[in-house]
Amino acid sequence: MAVGLTLIFGVMRVVNFAHGDMMVWGMYVTFLLASRAGVDPYVAFGAAAAALFVLGLVVQRGLVDRVLDAPHEMQILLMLGVALILENTALLAFGPEPTRARSTLAAATIWLGPVFVDVARLIAFGVALALTAALWLFLFRTELGRLMRATADNTFGALVIGTDVRRVYAVAFGVGAACVGAAGALVAPILPWEPATGLSLSVASFNIVIIGGMGSLLGAFVGGLLVSVAESLGAVFLQPSLKELASFSLLILILLFRPAGLFGNGRDG
Amino acid sequence: MPNGAGSRLVSGHPPIAPASRPALQYLALAAVLVLLALPAVLTSYAVTVFILIFFYAFLGQAWNVVGGYAGQLSMGHAAFVGVGGYTAAMLSSELHLTPWLGMLVGGALAAVLGAVIGYLGFRFGLRGFYFVLLTVAFAEVCRILVSNIDALGGAIGLYITFTGDPRQFQFQDARAYYYVALALMLLATGVVALLERRRFGIYLGAIREDEGACEALGVDTFKYKMLAMIVSSFLTGVGGTFYAFYLFSLQPNSMFGIPLSVEIIIRPIVGGAGTLLGPILGSFILTPLGELSRLSLGHGGYHGLHLVAYGVLLVAVVLFLPQGAYPYLARVLRRRDA
Amino acid sequence: MTPLLEVAGLSKRFGGLVAVKDLALTVGGGEVVGLIGPNGAGKTTAFGLISGSLVPDAGEIVFRGHSIKGLPPHRVCALGMARTFQIMRPFPRLTVVRNVMIGGLGRHPHPAAAEARSRAIVDELGLGAKADHLAGSLTLAERKRLELARALATEPVLLLLDEVMSGLGERETETLVREIRAINARGIAILLIEHVMRAVMSLAQRIVVLDGGERIAEGRPATVANDPRVIEAYLGDERLV
Repeated sequence: MAVGLTLIFGVMRVVNFAHGDMMVWGMYVTFLLASRAGVDPYVAFGAAAAALFVLGLVVQRGLVDRVLDAPHEMQILLMLGVALILENTALLAFGPEPTRARSTLAAATIWLGPVFVDVARLIAFGVALALTAALWLFLFRTELGRLMRATADNTFGALVIGTDVRRVYAVAFGVGAACVGAAGALVAPILPWEPATGLSLSVASFNIVIIGGMGSLLGAFVGGLLVSVAESLGAVFLQPSLKELASFSLLILILLFRPAGLFGNGRDG
Repeated sequence: MPNGAGSRLVSGHPPIAPASRPALQYLALAAVLVLLALPAVLTSYAVTVFILIFFYAFLGQAWNVVGGYAGQLSMGHAAFVGVGGYTAAMLSSELHLTPWLGMLVGGALAAVLGAVIGYLGFRFGLRGFYFVLLTVAFAEVCRILVSNIDALGGAIGLYITFTGDPRQFQFQDARAYYYVALALMLLATGVVALLERRRFGIYLGAIREDEGACEALGVDTFKYKMLAMIVSSFLTGVGGTFYAFYLFSLQPNSMFGIPLSVEIIIRPIVGGAGTLLGPILGSFILTPLGELSRLSLGHGGYHGLHLVAYGVLLVAVVLFLPQGAYPYLARVLRRRDA
Repeated sequence: MTPLLEVAGLSKRFGGLVAVKDLALTVGGGEVVGLIGPNGAGKTTAFGLISGSLVPDAGEIVFRGHSIKGLPPHRVCALGMARTFQIMRPFPRLTVVRNVMIGGLGRHPHPAAAEARSRAIVDELGLGAKADHLAGSLTLAERKRLELARALATEPVLLLLDEVMSGLGERETETLVREIRAINARGIAILLIEHVMRAVMSLAQRIVVLDGGERIAEGRPATVANDPRVIEAYLGDERLV
């Protein structure tokens, strides 16, 4: 999911505070399809991605587009507003109780060499890997992707060569949101969630993105791994309830000493 | 660019001589008198709503110093509420120190935390979103730590036994809380009004606009941002004591959590960040809205409805009134005068 | 007599790019010195280094007998050096007087005193009619004056002016030249970067020419204008010929 966030930030320099809440909506879309229509979560993930793509497009076109030239603070506040709306409409619609999407596949576990692995986690990991690869191909091998990277590098230059920057932004936001939607669908069978989960997911993904480096795909992926490692180490050496402490401390250190992140290009550093 | 900065005269910033706006001063005096007399006629539920309005206006005003005037968007102010509240509660239960003094100690400790966060953030030059994240991260670290310290009640928190003893910051009559909250709000507003007219406040307004230019003009931006952070976190810490002793309980998730930080910043922003009356106006708009939805909750109502409304308001303010409701209102009133 | 400002061996690189190399420069009390050179010659970088907004890699800067290398800009300003920015940076949501007061409060901590002082400066620079307007509403020429007014409000003994004439019409330029001369007549030394040659030639008593971050010539305006190295440097930059 951090991959989606980094795409939005990298291309548009807009910080999406509603990220986690978008993911939660992806989970609810999956849940609805699974519980009402009997669609397996792993099949529903395409639908979740599509729904979030549309949501991202709407948010970008209707709201973000209008504050692109405003101070950074305004964009942060706008997205905070969107986050409040998304989280609490979910609360109104689904109530505060934790939910879980069931998949017949997820129940299974297999032996992978010497380790015992959850099929659900394996699928989530595999698809996340595949999505990152697909995104990379999109950015580096297609015309639209190239335009996106050009816009990220030099908005003015892109304007000069006649890029429809607003359209690029819309697509970036949409694709970013779709990534989160897909991520939501993937973890829906693994983790139970509630509307308030969105906030902690947002914070967690900021962690990952900052640590890995804003706007870097590789960074987002490595950042994700680093955060998990830090949290597991924290859980082993301290107490399980202190595991988040490790990632927040890591975040503070990175913010202070390497604000562009480990793989960032230093433009903001 | 500022919205609608035409060639018209704007006095978002008050003139230096306070006597030049006597009408407004009488108006403010009248408003205070009305608020002082109000509890006599209010129902006990209305008193509760007013307490919350005053209290959130107070917290908003405290945030306003650093977030509004100095333009340093802190989203971790809940940490100061938590530190202040826990300090006063622990001092009261362990050392039998009256919360009236504990409140100052709590404020001081919150100010120390504020100074640490400010020092790191400003010394390392974190701006915009990076500063936001730093403040959030510190608040979260505090929350996780407190949740794991058994002496502080862990994740369950602390409870304060009700004695109704005014010396213990407890009152039989809810109207006493009303007056304390009102006093806090007026105190913070008085502090901000004072700052606004002094060099300190004038500098803060310029730091929000362009720090580099301030430096070139001889302004020690680091020092003034630090001072703003310290004043703001001290006041917020004092507020923590009220919060704890009004609710009789302290929980890490509610006292250090991001949702409280959001509650703190949303009122001054909707009302008008960096203006004296913005936080108060914002609280008078938003707090009753929140209460209304909580009230309907009792009748099988809608959990989270007020937060949706907050979100909509926040989005609307950013899009249509980026300086907040107060400057807009002031303009409309002035136009009518003219 | 020791000069007011003495710069020696000043160097700064950005990554692999050398912006300023081994620069030596002096400004005497009450003197007007012009700093010219083609675009990208390192003039604005030199200003940044002298005024403290950039930290030099090497070299020494002595101002009024104090080493100011590495001091933050506000300390340098407090010692009596003020600068304007090439890309003007007014506080758009503050009024003109407030803008100037930010400079004045350093010398006059009491706001009422600083305001009175600022109004006088604003009047003096012909912005009196706009004193209570927002700075964001000013025209380009007015914003240039505002930059100057703010810098003056810090009551400097040395003023660094970064292209205050660029983009102005002929008449506006003439008025500004007169005003700068009047400022200098009060004993304030001036170091100015300028592309408008007529203005530099008439204002400066001495001119330093930079190219590729290095000083290539120095002397009286007439001498420098005829220096073959200077002509060559400028010919390389067709935009200025």
